Amino acid sequence: MANAKELASRPECLAPGHRMCGGCGATIAVRQILMGVPEDTQPVVGCATGCLEVSTTIYPYDAWRVPFIHNAFENAAATVSGVEAAYKALKRAGKIPADKKIKFVAFGGDGGTYDIGLQSLSGAMERGHDMVYVCYDNGAYMNTGIQRSSATPKGAWATTAEVGAAQQGKIQVRKDLASVIAAHGVPYVGQSTVGHWKDLVAKAEKAFKVDGPAFLNVLAPCPRGWRLPSDQTLLISRLAVDTKFWPLFEVENGKWTLTPVKEKDLKPVEEFLKPQGRFKHLFKPENAHIIEEIKEDIENYWKYLEGRVEGSKDATSPIE
Amino acid sequence: MSDHKAFSATGNQMIAEAIRQIDPDVMAAYPITPQTTIVENYAKYVANGKVHTEFVTVESEHSALSACIGASAAGARVATATASQGLALMWEELHIAAGMRTPIVMANANRALSAPISIHGDHSDVMGARDTGWIILFAETAQEAYDNTVISFRIAEDKRVLLPVMTTLDGFITSHAMERCEMEEDQTVKDFVGEYTPLYPLLDTDNPVGHGMFANGTSYMKYRSVLRKVNHGALPIIEEYGKAWAEITGRPYELIDAWGVEDADYVVVVLGSAAGNVRHVARQMREEGVKIGVVRPRVYRPFPAEQLVNACKNAKAIAVMDRSDTVGGQYGPLAVDTMAALYEAGLSIPVKNYVFGLGGADVTNELILEVFSNFEKLEKGELDRDLAFLGV
Repeated sequence: MANAKELASRPECLAPGHRMCGGCGATIAVRQILMGVPEDTQPVVGCATGCLEVSTTIYPYDAWRVPFIHNAFENAAATVSGVEAAYKALKRAGKIPADKKIKFVAFGGDGGTYDIGLQSLSGAMERGHDMVYVCYDNGAYMNTGIQRSSATPKGAWATTAEVGAAQQGKIQVRKDLASVIAAHGVPYVGQSTVGHWKDLVAKAEKAFKVDGPAFLNVLAPCPRGWRLPSDQTLLISRLAVDTKFWPLFEVENGKWTLTPVKEKDLKPVEEFLKPQGRFKHLFKPENAHIIEEIKEDIENYWKYLEGRVEGSKDATSPIE
Repeated sequence: MSDHKAFSATGNQMIAEAIRQIDPDVMAAYPITPQTTIVENYAKYVANGKVHTEFVTVESEHSALSACIGASAAGARVATATASQGLALMWEELHIAAGMRTPIVMANANRALSAPISIHGDHSDVMGARDTGWIILFAETAQEAYDNTVISFRIAEDKRVLLPVMTTLDGFITSHAMERCEMEEDQTVKDFVGEYTPLYPLLDTDNPVGHGMFANGTSYMKYRSVLRKVNHGALPIIEEYGKAWAEITGRPYELIDAWGVEDADYVVVVLGSAAGNVRHVARQMREEGVKIGVVRPRVYRPFPAEQLVNACKNAKAIAVMDRSDTVGGQYGPLAVDTMAALYEAGLSIPVKNYVFGLGGADVTNELILEVFSNFEKLEKGELDRDLAFLGV
């Protein structure tokens, strides 16, 4: 694992001057993840329709310094499957030199991944394409204006999960996508966030080392959608971890590892919720029970993850 | 000139053979009746090591075409096949494949669309792809399905075109019925299609390019105008490759198959397999002195308007037989195209539009005779000009 100084010397695949918002977690995720591409390997990037795509490729400008393809919303994984299949066939035909190494990366937001792109992602993971699929999870359809997705946390306000007399934001819990993908039996699944750059880059490096499908679920705060000042992106993502709201874990060839939260760092979930305008209504006295439910959900999920760790402790094939 | 022995094969077999001979880099496909045997045959070629193709067995037709677009943008020669609901599920991607100028070749075994569900042949599915920017070819026979598939790759990949091509055949009638067929040697086909050299491939990492950009304002409209231009401009190129292939095979190629039009009093315009049925009855009528011509466009998009007018211009009345309907529209798709072409040419020949054979309904001699028997009244202006459903 490289230190910050060394990472800073690695090539930047996404050029400055793109039109993403200040403080956007997605671009930070892209930069950190692509720093994990091995030095002798070229990345080819695919992207689902979403903020990242529309804001980085406004014709005639293109902020990507690496080959980039966008197709549609729900099919980044299928599209990159095709790109990777072409690579295999052309290599076999001798049209690409045998020693040339390319890695395929697909980026999708939570809407394009948890929801509309889930089938395409599941298919690509099952078929075993050599691809790193990255979900930059900001917990809503931010590009179309903060509509709820199946990644939106319970209790969060969204423009299609409103707060009013009869409803207090999103009713349902977030879908546990990392577990869903892990259940495909893929070689690597990692969950991380942009505030923990060391953890994220290390997980990206592992994902790129895999010969086959790998999946990264990355909490990437959206200041606009979270109703949060744009200089708080990294701090809030660290609070998501320290409150156990967003556990850092990975699944290497079936072996689950959960990063514990140190006693001194552990904070109540209110510290993650309070700075965000999307949870404002939860702090009304009559909504105290929702915060209690969130706390209970967090504890249950943590226990579930500990169970996965315990249940897979004898699996021994870490990614070198 | 080909001197190969004839054999029996289905249209789907012939398409699978053509794709095997061309040996594309990537085939991403999903099974659907009545296309399935194309994919199944291809899976056997893959398992037996007959092709170098990377066969991507996707989880849906949407992903099939999505993967094909990715593979084509990457720089691969790409083929796929679908039908009906599968083509409908691809609808979003059809536009994207044409818009991104990916020269994919896709076979479609033409089939009805739900609801109600029907697995049988008609043109409802293809007509949904009509305005997407794809080049669309219709085969009458298994033999033509083969020949059209071979030339499709040349058309799609020509740098003057760079558009996806749909090579279609009628579900079950042509996809599954055994017919007399001929096939060229593998090497002949390989030499004809040649090596594929992509423009701006994604996998050229030394020269990074972006595919599928976001276009605002006038750049979007300019882009779409180019799409129309290249699609229309493809017509002589299609003819060029059709004739070049005919030179090798001895099987003639015309954009429009015009049978008996030279001396015909009346003309029937029809797409696909039903043309054979219509010619059969027209032949019988000739013995009784009634002269009917049959005009069958082999290319539907771009629409060969000029050639169609030339084939129809001497007719006293025209029947257009549509195997799909534009519900809520005035006439079926082929009729609208035909009428527009005639109008533009300054011809006011009376046209009657029939919708027939939906969901694989039989095209009987009696139904065709019904069309023929109306011609005289149509010519005299004594027949209503509303769209009519045949056999209902």
